[in-house]
Amino acid sequence: MLNYYFTLALRSLKRNAVLTVLMIAAIGVGIGASMTTLTVFRAMAGDPIPNKSRQLFAVQIDNWGPKRGIVGGDEQNLQEQISYLDAIGLMTAHAAQRQSAMYATGFALTPSNPDLRPFVVQARAAYGDFFAMFDVPFRYGGSWTAADDAGRADVVVISRKLNDKVFGGANSVGKTLNLDNHDYRVVGVLDRWEPLPKFYDLNNNKYGEPEEAFIPFTRAIDQQLPSWGNNNCGGDTVPAPGWEGRLHSECIWIQFWAELPSAADAGRYGMFVNNYAAEQRRAGRFHWAPNTRIHNVREWLTHEHAVSTEARILVLVSFSFLLVCLLNAMGLMLAKIMGRAGDIGVRRALGANRRAIFAQCLIEAGVVGLAGGLLGLALTALGLAGLRSLLSDEVNRLTHFSLEDVAIAVILSVAATVLAGLYPTWRAAQVQPAWQLKAQ
Amino acid sequence: MLKMTHLSKAYRTEVVETYALRDFSIHVREGEFVAVTGPSGSGKTTFLTIAGLLEEFSGGEYQLDGANVRGLNDNQRSRLRNEKIGFIFQAFNLIPDLNVQDNIDVPLRYRGFDGAERRRRIQESLARVGLSARGRHYPAELSGGQQQRVAIARALAGSPRLLLADEPTGNLDTQMARGVLDLLEELHRDGSTIVMVTHDPELAVRAQREVHIVDGQVVDLAPQPRLVAGNHVNT
Repeated sequence: MLNYYFTLALRSLKRNAVLTVLMIAAIGVGIGASMTTLTVFRAMAGDPIPNKSRQLFAVQIDNWGPKRGIVGGDEQNLQEQISYLDAIGLMTAHAAQRQSAMYATGFALTPSNPDLRPFVVQARAAYGDFFAMFDVPFRYGGSWTAADDAGRADVVVISRKLNDKVFGGANSVGKTLNLDNHDYRVVGVLDRWEPLPKFYDLNNNKYGEPEEAFIPFTRAIDQQLPSWGNNNCGGDTVPAPGWEGRLHSECIWIQFWAELPSAADAGRYGMFVNNYAAEQRRAGRFHWAPNTRIHNVREWLTHEHAVSTEARILVLVSFSFLLVCLLNAMGLMLAKIMGRAGDIGVRRALGANRRAIFAQCLIEAGVVGLAGGLLGLALTALGLAGLRSLLSDEVNRLTHFSLEDVAIAVILSVAATVLAGLYPTWRAAQVQPAWQLKAQ
Repeated sequence: MLKMTHLSKAYRTEVVETYALRDFSIHVREGEFVAVTGPSGSGKTTFLTIAGLLEEFSGGEYQLDGANVRGLNDNQRSRLRNEKIGFIFQAFNLIPDLNVQDNIDVPLRYRGFDGAERRRRIQESLARVGLSARGRHYPAELSGGQQQRVAIARALAGSPRLLLADEPTGNLDTQMARGVLDLLEELHRDGSTIVMVTHDPELAVRAQREVHIVDGQVVDLAPQPRLVAGNHVNT
């Protein structure tokens, strides 16, 4: 009977083309508006590393104390980043299965190909664990080793995009790359890797693409590569002049992540970080009770407000608009179905029970929803294209429309329309055949 | 086949109760062709809708083909209606966006017949009403008489035990009306049980027996021998 109802639905929709077009347009516009905002919202709120988001932890240590009048701390007076002193302290302890201190930096890259002009690349200084910890895929080669970290080796891992640009996409492992007039040996080329948001450093371009080059943290420090990210020497912290002064200051500019496979590991590591802070207090560096915290990825995204309040409000508004569109569609559907009360009466007289009429009308609503969903998809694509032209390059990744989004749009449209069609359909099933036939 | 005993149908509002049928009794036997006559508002159509299980009644008993229909739920009534009753309406009530075959197909779909069985029944019923060549035509492309023949074919397709006709010639001119009546008489000769509601005494004469309704009650008519397709039948 489903095929039969589907055929009837198509015939019915053709029968009153104007009402049909109005219904589909109402639903399509609503779906288009809501899916445009939902796509951006989903990109903002998505889990960037679903397999490990509960095993990766950002570390916070209060190295400024409670009475510093610092702007930007959270409710526990903790900042998003830590100092170099604490980063080295945690790295040296090596208390987690994997861990990495890291910071954003950059270079001027001078290609060996004379046809290419020097250009600036965004880079990240990190430890070798960074790649295994964040499941970063490699196209060629791999990460540098712990020995490279210890030896401050001049090695680099580059993105696929940079490899395409500089080496034409060929396997460049073993080749050299000139960064800020120093030669670095390529040990790995990343495959496609697009965590969104860029959870490991939400301070710097959180919706942007990952960096194009990665070098050992120790090498970056050795080379005195400045931080290109967020630096905070707030309050009365005054760093001594020069690079050494910065390293020994309480300025915060480093992100720190640890991989802790189990809840027990996380508990133990939390205590370790607290004990580390207590130790700093005993050593006379901190003059307050230990104040530390670790957050897994999901908690970190929430804590750092990866999804802005504006985005949430926009989604709410657009879904309210969808609701209005659906109410319109419901009215049109009601008019259409009640206009066919005579036919429904005849079908009832010929043996259709209420359930059969209900199913027939509901499938008709579903077909309208499907058509509205397809129109909505086209309007969503248009809306996202409009957003791309308005937004900066760094947030364009939020407007990527995936197959999953397509499925959501169609399912949302069909489900919402069927839901809106419930009342008209119920009314149709209540048609009294006797009254309809007497009226004729 | 159809037996109503002391049946009543009341329409109630907050202040008034109106009886469309009151103490209404009728017995239609298998194979009979009965005309139900009466002036406008006498309750003819109400009788027909109750007989056709399209409407519930307030009191009394109604047995259709031996089954008591009181208290049946919507599913049971719909199934009974689909299997045992064929409707012929004054306004034909064909569905305009379905062609002739698809109109006849409607009750067969609800009956759950497979495709081959439905096609066979559609062809047979179309042949029965002489419209085999019109299967793909839409109602708007047919004359009134042809449309009523399609409606009869639709009523016959499910091999119902009872045909209920509501002013079947009311929307037809004399010539077309004669053709439809001839068809009904032919069906009766072949064994169909037919109950025809009409306010036209001349039409009622063509039936085997006439039941007259006034103010929702059957008025006794003196039994008269009637001429049915050339045969004298006593009632």
